[in-house]
Formats: sequence, C-alpha cells, structure tokens
Amino acid sequence: MKVMSFHLMPYADLDLSVKDSYRTVWVVLPNRYYDPKKGHALYNRYLDELELCAELGFDGVCVNEHHQNAYGLMPSPVVMASALARRTRDCRIAILGNAFCLREHPLTLAEEHAMLDVITGGRLISGFVRGVGSEYFSFGTNPVHSLERHQEAHDLVVRAWTEPGPFAFEGKHYHCEYVNLWPRPYQQPHPPIWCPSMGSVETLEWAAHPDRKYVYLQAYSPVEAVARYLNLYRELAQRRYGYEASSDRIGWSTPVYVAQTDAQAVDEAREHIEALFNVFLPKQSELMFFPPGYMSPESLKRALAAKRGHKGGVKIEHLIERGIMICGSPDTVRRRITECHHLMGFQELVCMLQFGTLPGDLTEKNIRLFASEVMPAIKTLTDQNYRGFELPRVAAE
Amino acid sequence: MAFVRHTIDINDCKLSFVRGGKGAPLLYLHGTDGLAEWPAILDTLAERFDVIVPDHPGFGASEAPAWIDDVSDVAYCYLDAIEALGLSDLHVVGQSLGGWIALEMAVRSTHRLRSLTLISAAGIHVKGVPKADIFMIDPEEHARLAYADPTKGAEAAERAGADKYQDLAILNRIASARFGWQPRFFNPRLERWLHRVKVPTQIIWGDGDRIIPPAYAEAFHRLIPGSTLTMIPNAGHLPHVERTPAVTQAMQSFLRN
Repeated sequence: MKVMSFHLMPYADLDLSVKDSYRTVWVVLPNRYYDPKKGHALYNRYLDELELCAELGFDGVCVNEHHQNAYGLMPSPVVMASALARRTRDCRIAILGNAFCLREHPLTLAEEHAMLDVITGGRLISGFVRGVGSEYFSFGTNPVHSLERHQEAHDLVVRAWTEPGPFAFEGKHYHCEYVNLWPRPYQQPHPPIWCPSMGSVETLEWAAHPDRKYVYLQAYSPVEAVARYLNLYRELAQRRYGYEASSDRIGWSTPVYVAQTDAQAVDEAREHIEALFNVFLPKQSELMFFPPGYMSPESLKRALAAKRGHKGGVKIEHLIERGIMICGSPDTVRRRITECHHLMGFQELVCMLQFGTLPGDLTEKNIRLFASEVMPAIKTLTDQNYRGFELPRVAAE
Repeated sequence: MAFVRHTIDINDCKLSFVRGGKGAPLLYLHGTDGLAEWPAILDTLAERFDVIVPDHPGFGASEAPAWIDDVSDVAYCYLDAIEALGLSDLHVVGQSLGGWIALEMAVRSTHRLRSLTLISAAGIHVKGVPKADIFMIDPEEHARLAYADPTKGAEAAERAGADKYQDLAILNRIASARFGWQPRFFNPRLERWLHRVKVPTQIIWGDGDRIIPPAYAEAFHRLIPGSTLTMIPNAGHLPHVERTPAVTQAMQSFLRN
C-alpha cells in the first residue's frame, strides 16, 4: 500500500467564537477575521509539516483547492505544489484536486500542471474535482452545468496533454482555436489522474470507465460509506464495464491521530477534530452544500439523508466509532487500518495528520509517531491481505 | 373554472400547459416556485379571459432539452409556441422569473402581443440594490421572505419545509438555477433593449418586496416607455397571492382599457 500525507491548511488561528455570529466559515465570513501575519506563520508551518512527511518516507504529499473560507486556505494548490516541488526529492506531489471546470479557461491549469510535472521529473498526480457546492457561489459558475463542464474540461486538458498541437477544441462550454501546450507533461501519456470525492455515483461511473480507470479517492466519510463506494467502483468495473478493477485504483482519505495510548490520543485530538467538524465544515444552508443541479436529484436525496444524521455538536467518540477518523495508540491505528484494508483492499491511503486547530507540536508528534510506528507495517499490505471482492447478487445503486 | 392540461412540441421541447376560461387569450408565466401552489387569481381571470398557463421548460411537467440554456431560449420557445397555437392579441402576465421571460419575448417581438403585465419581475439589475440570493438560503427562509405578512410567511415556510425534498421542488430549483444562477436573475443586455417594448405595460409590485426590492419597479417604470406602475400596499414578492383582490382590480382595469 502507498501512504501519502494530505494537508488542508486550515486557518487554525480562527477565532472560534465566530461560530456564534456566523453559521459558516465559508463565502460569507468576513475576511477581516484573517490575519496575514498569522497566515504567514501557518503557511510556512504547514509546508514544513509536508516536507517533514516527505523526509520521513511518505509516498507522497497532497494539497487541494478551496475558496473564500477558513476551512482550507489553498485557493491555488498549484502554488503549494510548486513550493513543495523543489523541497522534496522522491515523493509524489498530489493535487487532490483542482477544479478545472470552475475556470473560464481550464488550459491555464493544464499548463501549470504540465510545468509542475516537468519541474519534478514526473512526480505529479493531477486530481480532477468539481469543487464543493459553495465554490459555485464564490466563482459564479452555474452548478447546473457543473458535471458537463467538468467532463468537457477534462477532455480538453487530456487532449492538450496528449495530442500533438496545435489543434482546435470545439466544445459546448469551451472553444479554443489554438491548443498547443508548451511545456508538455513529463509523464507519458500524462500525469496520473485521481478523482477525489465525498461519495458520488456520477463520479464513480465516470472514473471507473474503461477509457479512464482513474483512481477513485473517497474523502472522509463513515467507514461503511467508504466501503460502499469503494466496492461500487469494483462492481461498476466488473458488471457494467466488464473488467476487474485493480486495487491501486482505489483510495481512502481519512484524518489520523496517533499518540502513546488510546486515551492520550483521544484527549489530545478532541478539541481540534471537533473544531473541524463543528466550526470549519458547517455551511450556511443545505443549498450552499448542494446548490441546484450540482448533483442529480437522486444523489441529492441520498446526500441529504446522510447529512441529516449528524446535526449539532459532533463528538470525537462518534467520529472514531463511525470510522470517520482513525485515532489511538500506534497499535490501535495499525490494527484499524489493517482491518479496513482487509475489508476494502485500497492500495492508496491518504492520511490527514493535521486537522482543524491541531497545533504544530502535536502535528509533528503525530507525523513522527505515524511514520515510525504505523507506516512501515501498513506499507507492506498488498492484495494478499485483502479478503477479495465478491460481486453482490443484486446490483447496488 | 376547469383548466385542461395540454402538451405542445416546440423544437423537441415538450411544453406542458393548462388552459381554461373564455375571452381574449392571456398567457401567465410563473415564477421560480413553478405552479406547485396554484394562484387563485388565475381562476378569477379565467372568468373573462382564455387563460394559458405553461410550466417553463425544466419546471413541472415541461422538459428542458439541451438547447435551452438561458432565458432568451425560453423566450424564443414561447414566441414559437404562440405562433403554433395561432394566438394573437395576447395579454402576457409574468411574475418574477416569468416577468423576465415576458420582457425577453417583448423585446424580440410584440407582433402577437396586446399587453404586458409585470408582477415583481426579474431581468435587470439596479446597481447597489441587491436582490435576495434565493440560492444561498434554505427554501423555508425563501418562502418566509416572499411575504410581507409574517403570519403568511411562517405558514409558507412550513409548507416549503415539508415540500423541499419532493421531486417537484428539486426540479423547480434546478430549473431556476439553470436560468437565474449567473448573473443572478438578470440579463445585462436586456435593459438596453427595453425601449422595444411597444405594447401597453403595467408594472405591479408589493411595496414590501424583500426578494426584488421596489426600487426595481421604479427602474422598469423608467425604462419601459409609457408603462404604468401600481404599488400594492402591505404585499411582498407575491402580491397576486398575498393581496389578491387589490391585484385583481388593478389588472382588470388595465386589461379592460
């Protein structure tokens, strides 16, 4: 199994009492709550944390994109990936992901990803996402066109990376007279494409398609939902597309906290992971999460039903119990990941080792303990340790 | 008054509408909530008019084929529908989103139109006067804001909360976003063509409209030559629902002349 370290780069110095005056830290929280001097220290601390992970032998470091919020301060993950490109040597750099479809001109991102891939000698992973619902408020992009723009932007970018230019691209949302990328990407035919998702059948169907076979990465969700979506990838591959999905196409992303004992881990992580779920994640309204047309009516109903379960203050015990986070002693965390791997067989694990307000000293301790006590054992997990996939008799979804 | 449902095919757009009453033809164009709640004023109008009430493409029982991207496509679709139905001397009444559609029709052609009635219409932007962002707020809050009377607002909020996960409500929200997401419920190029609205136009607005503030009524009044403006006291964004008698009276005296 490959193990990577993911950072959201939250504004951890946020005055958490804003929760009393604003229902969300997204889009409408005034940016006077952001202090650039504190931001300077945070950005540099977070980059140090990812560089430490690279030094300690993680297979990759990961960044992502969000806009106008305190939850994740990387409106341009390309900037962070560039900073990491020259400070890391061997590990992969994963952008998980960039929202190509939010841009009026997705080729700007295609160029930047190609530059990163060339600078790093082919260490880039390109994640293609649609952006979360609130990003459609920030950018003004119509969520009704989100899925078709996403797919069209992908077609444009992949053709730009792989086809000899110049050529014209004639799409519905994008029309380019001249597509002729300088530089072309280092990796051939192009950097690996990943599809991070909070759980969407549309994304799974698209990622698993035999023309693509992209890595599907399920972002933090209850473990039963992770299992359902990861199995759905294998099921779609087999039942609809007639091939057997390889386990290295399947990934799981989850917050992880390790300390000397289970009790100490819960004690140290509690306020910081609870801040993530109770302050950084909530949105103004359901529509801000899921603007109209962002997903099909069927997916919307499923997503809303799943959300209705956890209103109010989330507790760390609940997160651990439902498998939304992994937390405990090295032994517990190792065992938990091994069990989950046995059930789901993912060959890519993306760990979020800083979350919410977790301060620098605890983050570094978490990273070091995880790297020395957990990572060596779980890196040896292969398909031999996976119980294997059995096609359910009745088709899911 | 019995309304009967019909379907007409316009360039592969299956347009569903109900029709009832006798008299001169009158086309009613609904707002973002569709026709989930039937406005009683339509029954009154059907006593004197042949009232035709379509679901806009993507709303209710009408389909939204891929070629319908924006309100101008909807306007052309309705202009085609009017021809296909052989209607002329048509009174067009549009509320909110429907008022915007009516204006997009009228700047393109008033050939078959007799008059225009705009009730709290969308379609333009008045600098510095924001409309409510109905996509940022929950349906309950949207419903509450639509009424001037807090009691009626609270009742509407309760109904909206009960319905918000129903297929029809989801469908209507998606269709509203298709036409009104960006820029929010206006066409920057409409304003410069409003002088082309060359039929008698009546503007009706609730003086307590918190979705599209009354400043928009003044702007339309200024931009549409010869238009008349009727402000309805103690009414919100749905004056024809909240103050039905006052709006009925204003409409009937306008339509008679």
